[in-house]
Amino acid sequence: MGTAVEVTGVSKRFRLYRETLTSVKERVVRLGRVPFEDFWALRDVDLEIAQGETIGLIGHNGCGKSTLLNCIAGILEPTAGEIHVEGRLAALLELGSGFHPDLTGRENVFLNASLLGLPRSEVAKRFDEIVAFAELEQFIDNQVKHYSSGMYARLGFAVAVNMEPDVLLVDEVLSVGDESFQRRCLDRIRQFQREGRTIVLVSHASDLVRRICDRAAVLDEGRLVAVGPPGEAIRAFREHLLERDRRGEADRFLAGGESGAAADSPQAKRNLKIRIDEVRIEHPGSDERPYLLPGESLRITMGYEAVERIDDVVFGIAVYDLEGRLIFGSNTDLLGVPVNAAEGRAQVVFETDTVPLLDGTYLLTFGVHSHDEGIVYDWSEQQHHFEVMNPARSVGLVDMRVQAKVEARPLTPQTPPYRR
Amino acid sequence: MNRTETAPRPRRSTEKSVLDRMSGLWRYRELLVGLVRKELKVKYKGSAVGFLWSMLNPALYLVVFYFAFQVVLRNRIPNFAIYLLSGLLVWNLFSTALAGATRAVVGNAAIVKKVSFPREVLPLASVGAAFVHFLLQSVVLLGALALFRYPPSPTFLLLVPVALVSLLLFTSALAVALSAVNVYARDTEHLIELVLLAWFWATPIVYQYRLVADQLGEASWVYRLNPVTPVVLTFQRAIYNRIEPSGLAILPAGKGVAWYLGQLGAVAAFSLVVLSLAFRLFGRLEGNFAEEL
Repeated sequence: MGTAVEVTGVSKRFRLYRETLTSVKERVVRLGRVPFEDFWALRDVDLEIAQGETIGLIGHNGCGKSTLLNCIAGILEPTAGEIHVEGRLAALLELGSGFHPDLTGRENVFLNASLLGLPRSEVAKRFDEIVAFAELEQFIDNQVKHYSSGMYARLGFAVAVNMEPDVLLVDEVLSVGDESFQRRCLDRIRQFQREGRTIVLVSHASDLVRRICDRAAVLDEGRLVAVGPPGEAIRAFREHLLERDRRGEADRFLAGGESGAAADSPQAKRNLKIRIDEVRIEHPGSDERPYLLPGESLRITMGYEAVERIDDVVFGIAVYDLEGRLIFGSNTDLLGVPVNAAEGRAQVVFETDTVPLLDGTYLLTFGVHSHDEGIVYDWSEQQHHFEVMNPARSVGLVDMRVQAKVEARPLTPQTPPYRR
Repeated sequence: MNRTETAPRPRRSTEKSVLDRMSGLWRYRELLVGLVRKELKVKYKGSAVGFLWSMLNPALYLVVFYFAFQVVLRNRIPNFAIYLLSGLLVWNLFSTALAGATRAVVGNAAIVKKVSFPREVLPLASVGAAFVHFLLQSVVLLGALALFRYPPSPTFLLLVPVALVSLLLFTSALAVALSAVNVYARDTEHLIELVLLAWFWATPIVYQYRLVADQLGEASWVYRLNPVTPVVLTFQRAIYNRIEPSGLAILPAGKGVAWYLGQLGAVAAFSLVVLSLAFRLFGRLEGNFAEEL
């Protein structure tokens, strides 16, 4: 296996001008001294991608992963270093970006394909396949300005994947279209993998990277911080993020969610008559590693101090994933452990034998409130987290403990246990 | 801070040579054709008479200039319509190509930022589209010739393709350079309009060549430094085909095919030099297109 893409010592500097001076007059007035700041989008990146390999570039927004992809695609020129690409390259940077709204789908297919370097005769041969893949048979002779954004993207993807590239660059484009289209895109990518083509993929969706990539490369502030099997790289990435900020950034960058407490949120309403002053998260491997393995036990201790004796009190806990979905929530009432009163210093322990989660970072919310939730004593909104790292390659949210085996089938047909 | 941040190695070694660029262009010739087609289709999409507009442009010029110069100002050029058209078509090719090409890269920012291909194709496609317009407008000229039963010069008509090649080389050279410069200095596209206006009157299209050349006498070569002039003269010599009709000095006297060929050759040679410089300039500037747009 040879090398498909070789990135050697690549740095990319962007000049950020405080004001854009594009007219001659302004340039003359400034005598060429335009205030600018240098921004290094990539710093000394070395990366070798083998032929037939699928590699995912991950990192939060602005980490340089798209810049790297653009450099490999030949759209941006590195400030320093060199990039060598072996074979025909196709880049899916923005689907249908070469389309002209006034032309019909058919005309755009030919134009776009020649833009990507595919001879007209080849396009003609594959035209029906392209149209069928995009499911646009009825609309192919309409102007693309009448297309929906999904149709637009489908046609763009169909053209690009039908040009049989040796190296395919994909930037976040698999998130468009409906589910069936996405599935077909993935099928096509898997077909590419089987055919031994090289794929470089940029994605926010660590799930996708884990599922289809052989390796992942993590970029942060323009530097390559980790390269390796997707599971390890993704974990390194999370750790890196969590190091920067206990919660805020990880949440924002990974999930794109919003934070900040609204005026009527429990956080804002708390009166602090009971104060959560300690949270401990423990699992069997706490000492060696900062993450759990799927199925391990977990013990979460919440220490509190009450300024006075309070009778009407419930302690609650909730687990969220990084996309803000509630994974589990309960409280002492719901668990059937009524608390008579809170007074002085004490602690509540939430314990589970097994955490049936597969992979990810999970944020914890703690609440101390009255039975009817009318009074909030204290509230800790996603200030703490634990992490699960899945050494296996299965994907998803829940560890279903699936085992697989292949067996001989009985010779005579039997009543199937499940009827479809 | 490590050293690579403060002193990045320049990346000149990988910069493509002019020959590489040409071979890249050759591989993308279908794209060039596709873009020309697109430009033409888009221009007249939704218009009822479509390509007729291309022909109406010289026809209208003809009416306006005819009225202004023959009726009002009474210049005495016989068969003024033929004279004007033979130069005007050349000029239209040159000026529409340049005006279009200057905006070609900036106007196609969406593609330039997302797809990698030889970007020279964009200005060259503008030249190509202008050439198609030229062919359409030639129909108007042919119509005028037929209408007046006007005889062009069969010998000099053979020079017309040579003149066109020289003009296309010169136009392409400027087109490639201007399209790249306009990315960094957007004034270029406004400036070029003014320059073209002045250039038009510096070229013997509406008035006769000899009006200027005879006054310059020995120094008339200065006047022909304008590379468009020899091309226009060739067209006029071939199509208008009169040197001094009814005593009015219009075209250079006593010059044969060889003289015209020499003039055109000089333009072509000069254009090739400019073209290679333009490609080099384009290569230099191209690297940052995606950021500047």
